[in-house]
Amino acid sequence: MAELKTKAKPKQALKSRSKWTRDDTELTVLAVPTMVWYALFCYLPMFGIILAFKDYKIVDATKSFLYNLIHSDWAGFKNFQYFLSLKDFPMILRNTILYNVVFIVLDIVLPVGLAIMISNIYSKRKSKAYQTLMFMPHFMSWVVVSYFVYAFLDGDKGLLNTIIQYFGGDRIKWYTEPKYWPYILTFMHIWKVLGYSMVVYLASITGIDTSLYEAAVLDGASKAQQARYITLPSLQPIIIMMFILAVGRIFSSDFGLFYQVTRGANVKIAEVVTTFDVKIYQMVSTSSRLGQNAAASMFQSIVGCITILTANAIVSKIDRNSALI
Amino acid sequence: MSKKKAATTNDNMNRLNRISPTTNVLFNILFLVLALMCFLPIIFIFIISITKNDVLRTQGYQLYVTAETASFDAYTFLWNQKHVILNALVVSVKVTVIGTVLGVMLTCLMGYVLSRKEHKLNGFLTMLVFIPMVFGGGLASSYVVNTQILGLRDNLWVLILPLAVSSFNVTIARTFFRTTIPDSIIESAKIDGASQWTVFFRIVLPISKPVLATIALFLAFGYWNDWYQSMLYINDSSLKSLQATLDSMQKSLEYLTKNPSAGMTSADLKKAMPEEAVRMAIAFVVAVPIACIYPFFQKYFISGLTVGAVKG
Repeated sequence: MAELKTKAKPKQALKSRSKWTRDDTELTVLAVPTMVWYALFCYLPMFGIILAFKDYKIVDATKSFLYNLIHSDWAGFKNFQYFLSLKDFPMILRNTILYNVVFIVLDIVLPVGLAIMISNIYSKRKSKAYQTLMFMPHFMSWVVVSYFVYAFLDGDKGLLNTIIQYFGGDRIKWYTEPKYWPYILTFMHIWKVLGYSMVVYLASITGIDTSLYEAAVLDGASKAQQARYITLPSLQPIIIMMFILAVGRIFSSDFGLFYQVTRGANVKIAEVVTTFDVKIYQMVSTSSRLGQNAAASMFQSIVGCITILTANAIVSKIDRNSALI
Repeated sequence: MSKKKAATTNDNMNRLNRISPTTNVLFNILFLVLALMCFLPIIFIFIISITKNDVLRTQGYQLYVTAETASFDAYTFLWNQKHVILNALVVSVKVTVIGTVLGVMLTCLMGYVLSRKEHKLNGFLTMLVFIPMVFGGGLASSYVVNTQILGLRDNLWVLILPLAVSSFNVTIARTFFRTTIPDSIIESAKIDGASQWTVFFRIVLPISKPVLATIALFLAFGYWNDWYQSMLYINDSSLKSLQATLDSMQKSLEYLTKNPSAGMTSADLKKAMPEEAVRMAIAFVVAVPIACIYPFFQKYFISGLTVGAVKG
């Protein structure tokens, strides 16, 4: 985007002196429907920030929501304080960040490694077949996946317990044992995204100029050296981009994974599976304290915005071209 | 002739520069295992769904099914309860079709306008699309806006509108229009007196089928797989999509028996239901269409993702 702006600048400076033309009007008209959509579904909710500073009460039940909002008392930072001082808050923060850190590392290391491996398989047809099969989880919704998981993990009938018993072990009540869930969720996350991210990296690998490899072979480079000195450096920009995006989302989580796969994040395992998204969903669906709910989700948005901008700033310091903005 | 020669040298090159046969076998085994791990669950679900309910109850889920333990009771039951499933299917199809058409339209219009650098509002619109990528109002305020201000609770449109546009898709469309549509085509059309409206619908859209397909697919799969909007905004069971029905069933299978077919009470129905098998049968029914369709569309997904990765 930065590149673009610098390129466009001299042109724009020239153009801005010229008058508003019929062309501009026509293009603006074409953009209006989408602008309206953005106003309603992206920008209107941003004003929810007001709600976070209000102690929303229905002042007059006959009047509209907006009337009540305007006439509710200001609450200052009370709503944010409430959320930050929740007993669960440190636990939720820890869960969200720890899961994300593990996911960020694995989401880069595993798919990149596997993409390099699969690009070296002799038979292209087999390689295509593996890719297609591994892509499937990406297209399954978490609801469907939660049934897959249930078939394996159900305490009484699950396949995994059947297998454990076959080998003489004891049944495990998976859905009520917190200690297994960090591993189960990490596994399920990897299971779902692995094929997809592998294919994305593979697409960049096939785009690498083959003459680089030919030159390397002539210089006597081994396959491992080629991967280390040609493939990885060529993938660097896309890896950095995926990394910034992931770091920017460090305070959010895949709600489906943490809520559907755990079958509603029940009380017994809540301490290891509750992330911000789960907590905020629970608040929104059970409590009518709009101010507190808004403060909780606003907190997540603001912190997320700060992290993505920071990550981007750091990246642009290191390598200007890999930055998002 | 020379082409052929080049091809053979290339081949020799490839033959020279490849992993050892043992490594190749090891890699193949690794990927075979990974591929099976991704694919087998759907087979297991199917096996469970055709196993007799008594067997499931007493022995748990099994990895195999024999002629004695097989039964199609679950599917017969679903067939008898087809009004629930069919209704959900109609909702899913409606949402997917309307949403995809609307979403592609909105996305491409904005993508096209953004691709015109000479447009005076270009900077403003770029920011308009970019800001939501890094900052959002959050779940609570979206929920309040959708229910209180836009009045979308228990309304089919709440399943469609919020998912119609994403800045990611708009960026894909813009990058495509900017890189593949030559300015000269548009300039010449304008010299001939065409309005932007005509240029967009008569010239740009017809030659942009690849990007239309990519965005349509992203949207279609998104709509088809969505359960989150239903979970938040839909209580009316006649507006539940397939995914939402599956989701409600996870909480209680009785969901199905709330709407018994004529001549049956809920209690009768509950007794008749091969519970365990039905659960998995529905999951299978929801998963299979996608599992059969996606291989044909996979390449559009990949091309879309790589276009999206090109920044600018």
